[in-house]
Amino acid sequence: MQRNALPRLMHAASTRPLSLVQHEEVFATTQRPASLIDELDASGLTGRGGAGFPTAIKARLIREQRGHKFVVVNAMEGEPASHKDQTMLSTHPQLVLDGAEYLAAIIGAKDVAVCVARDNPTIVNHMERAIHERSRRSLRGPKLELHTPPWRYVAGEESALVHWLDDNESLPQFRVSRPHVLRIGHAPVLVDNAETCANVGLIGRFGAEWYRGLGTSKSPGSALVSVTGAVRHPIVLEVSLGTPLREILASAEADTNPQAVLLGGYGGSWLAGEHLDLGYCNEELGLHGVVTGAGVIVVLPRNACGVVETWRVVRWMANESARQCGPCAFGLPALGEDLKHLSTASRDPLGAFKRLEERLGEIDGRGACRHPDGVVRFVRSALSVFEHDFNNHAHAHACAASRATTHYASVPHLEREEELVWE
Amino acid sequence: MGVRRRSGSFILQVNPILCDGFGHCGELAPELVTMDEWGYPIITAEPTPYNDARVHESARYAERGCPRQALRIRRVSD
Repeated sequence: MQRNALPRLMHAASTRPLSLVQHEEVFATTQRPASLIDELDASGLTGRGGAGFPTAIKARLIREQRGHKFVVVNAMEGEPASHKDQTMLSTHPQLVLDGAEYLAAIIGAKDVAVCVARDNPTIVNHMERAIHERSRRSLRGPKLELHTPPWRYVAGEESALVHWLDDNESLPQFRVSRPHVLRIGHAPVLVDNAETCANVGLIGRFGAEWYRGLGTSKSPGSALVSVTGAVRHPIVLEVSLGTPLREILASAEADTNPQAVLLGGYGGSWLAGEHLDLGYCNEELGLHGVVTGAGVIVVLPRNACGVVETWRVVRWMANESARQCGPCAFGLPALGEDLKHLSTASRDPLGAFKRLEERLGEIDGRGACRHPDGVVRFVRSALSVFEHDFNNHAHAHACAASRATTHYASVPHLEREEELVWE
Repeated sequence: MGVRRRSGSFILQVNPILCDGFGHCGELAPELVTMDEWGYPIITAEPTPYNDARVHESARYAERGCPRQALRIRRVSD
């Protein structure tokens, strides 16, 4: 494979997942890097699940631990607007497993657990087949296992996932300090996103030097982005990190003159349409308080109402709270109510606006996981990007767009509290 | 029997999953804890030196008085 050519992760992708034989032809390599962990360090790969933590540092942390270890491949894909892990597993499941085996070799793990939400039977089938192919090939290497937790937004959070694998409910856990070593029983666990594993697979085959052929010096490599909203059809693209946002939107056949774009996911931030010349990487977006997160881009056209879109997302996120921590269980629905009064501009919207600003400061950083923090960041970014709209709504001048029935940030249907399955 | 001096500082830390909003900590350690509108504690993030015996004592009362055992005093390195 060429050093600075796209696609990498989506190389030779077809509508069917590649079999092991095809996979080894497509990603054939002559030289193997000597020390995987050093290559991983040199590659500068960061996690693609949302937090963007350097993969090598995380791997080293678990490598220092003793005893039986696990690698967990997180393909839960909690973000409703994200389809990248699904795409990854339905095109190159073997590349993801390659990466998981490399990680297992690095940390000395004997078990790999691949976690796919049970709500998507096609992906579960692809993964079952891929694992079966590998286990027929050889008895060496770590033991691969497929797990299918129930799909929830917070069930893909690493502590919730590990808690579920440890035969408990898939609920996020409290960590006294970070970084924290998660454990199944007594065994330390390395949790990595499916796309991160696929990148590790590439680094293990072609080396760090090759990997840095794309992207910027601080964010090397390529990433998958799911573009939804005002696009011709929702699409997953592979882009070199640092590509200008406008270019990404153009190649996704999206609205190239949008009002704003939502980046990172539903715990991410809005970015005003004026900043589309920024490159898609954390060092450029970070100047505006935005992160690439889970690789979500939701395009909001000029004829949509940012207040209403924000309200719909927050309402859904509030419903997806695990209801363990007070500030999240009570705070997020309260934010949702304020935003509802604002978006309909009824029942004292100005009071709701003031309450909203006060409550944002109260909720931040007070949950066991980052779910409430993400919602707070999302609402804060909405307040600055749609400042003008929020002011109009607060003074009971709801825009015409707020009564439209078309919405752009898609949310699954709201489940009633008694229907929520944590198992 | 002198005054025992301790170096370093501590923070009071709540486990938000265990916390059910009984509100005892707000009564026992008002120097460190305020309540939000739903009755859950907002604890100051700044470390308090152990030398501040009065605050340390109320923090210990809050820790021991929590009906859900959700509070811990944690030493922070500085």
